[in-house]
Amino acid sequence: MLTLECPYCGVQADETELSPGGEAHLKRFGPGSDIDDFEGYLFMRENPKGVHFERWRHAYGCGKWFLAARDTATLEVFGTYPAQTTEPPQALREAISAKRPGWRWRDFA
Amino acid sequence: MSTRLAEGGRLIDRSQAVKFTFNGKHFKGFAGDTLASALLANDQMMVGRSFKYHRPRGVVAAGAEEPNALVNLGKGGTFEPNQRATTTEVFDGLAATSQNHWPSLEFDVGAINTYLARFLPAGFYYKMFIHPRPFWKYIYEPFIRQSAGLGKAPKDRDADTYEHFHAFVDVLVIGGGIAGLAAAREAGRAGARVMLIEQTADWGGRAVVDGVKLGGKDAGVWVKDTLQELETMPNVDLRRRTMGAGVYDHGYVLAYERLRDHVPEMDGPRHRLWRIRARRTITATGAIERPLSFAGNDVPGVLLASAVRDYLVNFGVSVGDRTVVVTNNDDAYRTALALHSHGLIVPAIVDARPQGGGELAAAAKAAGIRVANGMAVAVVKGGKRVTGVTLCLQAGEGAPLEEIACDCVAMSGGWSPVVHLWSHCGGKLSWDDDQAMFRPDAGRPPTGADGAPMVIAAGTANGHLATAGAVADGWAAGLAAAKAAGHAGKTGTAPKGEDAAAAAPLPVWLMPQGASYAKRSKAWLDFQNDVKVSDVQLAAQEGFESVEHAKRYTTLGMATDQGKLSNINGLATLSNALNVTIPQVGTTTFRPPYTPISMGAIAGVARDALFQPVRKTPIHDWHEANGADFEPVGQWRRPYAFPRKGESVHDAVMREVKNTRTNVGLLDASTLGKLVVTGPDAGRFLDMLYTNMISTLPVGKCRYGLMCNENGFLIDDGVVARIDEQTWLCHTTTGGAERIHGHMEDWLQCEWWDWKVYVANVTEQFAQIGVVGPKARDVLESLGGMDLSKEALPFMQWADGKIGEFDARVYRISFSGELSYEVAVPASQGRAFWDALLKAGEAHGIMPYGTECLHIMRAEKGFIMIGDETDGTVIPQDLNLGWAISKKKDDYLGKRAQERSHMTDPNRWKLVGLETLDGSVIPDGAYAIGDGVNANGQRNTQGRVTSTYFSPTLGKGIAMGLVLNGPDRMGEVIEFTKGKDVTVKARIVDQVFYDKAGEKQNA
Ligand SMILES: [Zn+2]
Repeated sequence: MLTLECPYCGVQADETELSPGGEAHLKRFGPGSDIDDFEGYLFMRENPKGVHFERWRHAYGCGKWFLAARDTATLEVFGTYPAQTTEPPQALREAISAKRPGWRWRDFA
Repeated sequence: MSTRLAEGGRLIDRSQAVKFTFNGKHFKGFAGDTLASALLANDQMMVGRSFKYHRPRGVVAAGAEEPNALVNLGKGGTFEPNQRATTTEVFDGLAATSQNHWPSLEFDVGAINTYLARFLPAGFYYKMFIHPRPFWKYIYEPFIRQSAGLGKAPKDRDADTYEHFHAFVDVLVIGGGIAGLAAAREAGRAGARVMLIEQTADWGGRAVVDGVKLGGKDAGVWVKDTLQELETMPNVDLRRRTMGAGVYDHGYVLAYERLRDHVPEMDGPRHRLWRIRARRTITATGAIERPLSFAGNDVPGVLLASAVRDYLVNFGVSVGDRTVVVTNNDDAYRTALALHSHGLIVPAIVDARPQGGGELAAAAKAAGIRVANGMAVAVVKGGKRVTGVTLCLQAGEGAPLEEIACDCVAMSGGWSPVVHLWSHCGGKLSWDDDQAMFRPDAGRPPTGADGAPMVIAAGTANGHLATAGAVADGWAAGLAAAKAAGHAGKTGTAPKGEDAAAAAPLPVWLMPQGASYAKRSKAWLDFQNDVKVSDVQLAAQEGFESVEHAKRYTTLGMATDQGKLSNINGLATLSNALNVTIPQVGTTTFRPPYTPISMGAIAGVARDALFQPVRKTPIHDWHEANGADFEPVGQWRRPYAFPRKGESVHDAVMREVKNTRTNVGLLDASTLGKLVVTGPDAGRFLDMLYTNMISTLPVGKCRYGLMCNENGFLIDDGVVARIDEQTWLCHTTTGGAERIHGHMEDWLQCEWWDWKVYVANVTEQFAQIGVVGPKARDVLESLGGMDLSKEALPFMQWADGKIGEFDARVYRISFSGELSYEVAVPASQGRAFWDALLKAGEAHGIMPYGTECLHIMRAEKGFIMIGDETDGTVIPQDLNLGWAISKKKDDYLGKRAQERSHMTDPNRWKLVGLETLDGSVIPDGAYAIGDGVNANGQRNTQGRVTSTYFSPTLGKGIAMGLVLNGPDRMGEVIEFTKGKDVTVKARIVDQVFYDKAGEKQNA
């Protein structure tokens, strides 16, 4: 059972007070978008063994959505950050690089 | 004969006798006894029958690893099967019965299976399934069910209570032996918050039984001193009878505390499940002795050498007068020496090692005990108990050399560290060739959220089998764990243990090494599941080479003991059969819990009323007091109907519909979701969430809205009211309030975070009451207050005001087709308002109605219900709700998806009304039969029923359904399934059965 720190209220939250929201940093494609772009947005998901970015909500806490970077194999958590961004913070990316040199996830590295 | 000695037994109190029964026979034990020690003290050697062959089984171990001595305990509400006699403390009045026998323990018809053993080899159950099925079902299974089974399931409700505790610690130490005590003391001295748990009632583990020396003191004294220091530390919590059950992600550990299994008359919960978060966990869980695989090693009276020692030293029980010790290592010599010093006879120590043992062997010889090196047990004599052993050369094939009469055999095949908890969450093992065992690989530990090791194995559990290494390792683990958790207070020096110089053990996986098939098929690996050396060899021969496959095929290491005794011997046998090394074969997966824990402990207090929260409206108590027939809707309990005395639920529903349609009905609609959406961008936001235009809704008006997800599917519906320039109130379905609130928050926080919108879920702030029916206005007006006339408050508008003394927000909306006011009042006024309405309505024939009446009325009116007409694959267009989809908006959630070719396919099934020709009710979920058959030979379908009711208003069955090209086929008759080979004909009609023009709701 994971623990993730909520970046809003600072609580080291138990998995039972969180709800998962799937992959982070999806770009929305709406009406008029190309069918392939829309398919990618709606259905195509990363399933890496290693570095991954996810959405979580502190559902039974402050109610805020946040994003988490973690290793799906070792469950190491590299960091959490507010959801109001389209990409992982630079400092976090560097921290991941220090632990997992050469990591790559979608367009981020 | 097993008996209690005249004196001795460090754990028993001879001044306190206790009486207990086993299979109805009365026995006497002492306080401090386990059930196993007390049975042995009474010469009850046989305690059960094996699972498959029903062979007699005796106690083989003295702790959690016991595979045989499983009993049923208690009766009625406290009955529990599969309890280990070795870990059950006796108390006055304990009642145990043995398992797996029929009709009695002494005479068991299933024991005939042992003569059929060659027809019941590995994979028997699987092979049986291949035979004609009727054979399995009518002949084998009833026989096996009658004669097999691991205990009986309890029949009564559990009379005990249970609870969960949460704990957050720096260092959790699992195991209260010398390594665990040393670890806890050092971590405690460093200032860490420590929890030390021990599964038994007793501290110190094996060291105390074996009487080893620590820092010049007897282990018993050292343990006492260490405990004394621990008890003075406010940062250390000590718990006995508490087992580390499982280690999980990010330092989560479950521990199982047995609070009053040993004192049933005590008040309070029986078991407590500890849910612990530990920065570091130390597993000081010790080691388990392995049996040796020789023919007849399952005969009652053959025990682990350490168990014989435990019964002697801890309980003053001698298992036999004459004990042959058979071993491949030095440790078993302790048993011989202990027996000898208690005046019991050890005819021989049979040591498989040609060179024999070290200092302990010399001590045995000096005591005059015969030591036979390079020898083995060829076969054990005896049926229901040991009568003797035949010796042979370990190196040979088992030619008998000598017979020795004895009534006990103490065997030791070496020791296996208890690596379970280390392994639960990913800790890896390495094979130690010198000591012939798997041990934790410190280089590949389980890691936590920070990526650092979260578990440290210590002591014998870490492979340090000797005293000095074990205690020093525990001390070091305590220091390291405290430091890793951020504590570096002043600590002490490592305790010094003393050991006799030992000779190396010799791996012995079969005794003698060249044993014949006849011997191998009597050499048990798994006593509980009746798996023999020959079974594992057969599995290998038949191609089950993976250890996980071999386990399932043979049942080795399954069931309640999970192979604590059998695993290593089993996989060594497998590796020999496959001609590969033991590490190449590997182990099966260690899964929690370490030993079985009670279902009650897992549930904790979550049962009956506390199983999950029940949400109650302010009017709930009235419903309860007035005979409501409740149905669960989400976490709410809503009245389904209000049957009167002597009235059936069905009749009540019919009455409620008729009364509402002719007079006036009262509905508790408080459970409807109410979300306030406010802010400068609220209109823009709601235009994205709903398929229709919400931003243009004038203040004071209401509009029915639909919400879809990005897949285009309909997820919720409800009436939206414009409250002021920046504020809307969105009604959701009863079950949807929290989900839709979360959905809104998701889009606001994660996609349009720069939009200025605030959402509040005010569902429980209001009681909402539907006053529904032709006389609704009369009832409300009789209370006085605001103007509720058609002119002042027309259909689909709302207004704030006073009704009588109540602060009301009145919505003129209708889910029934009748003149209807939904009145929201502050929750605190809800019950009084309900009572006032009932009183005012008396003259008008008012009656409360439930959800079924609501459903029928909405179906008569052709309104959809989320969850009936929708199932996660339905888009609004399927439901003829195109009118509620804005053509003007560039975007809304689901719009792009609804443009996909599958969503615009003209052949999607569409909603229609259905009227049976014979007036009957079509079964719920029935399919419309189409032409021809599909690829599987099944009839094709062309639609399905989504809602179906008997309409008291129309006096016949009505339904709605999704039908291929339905709206274009008005008047056509199609057939629906109604059970096997029976169909019912129905005509496709308009879905609105009642007041198509809407005159009533507009009145
Ligand atoms: Zn939070």
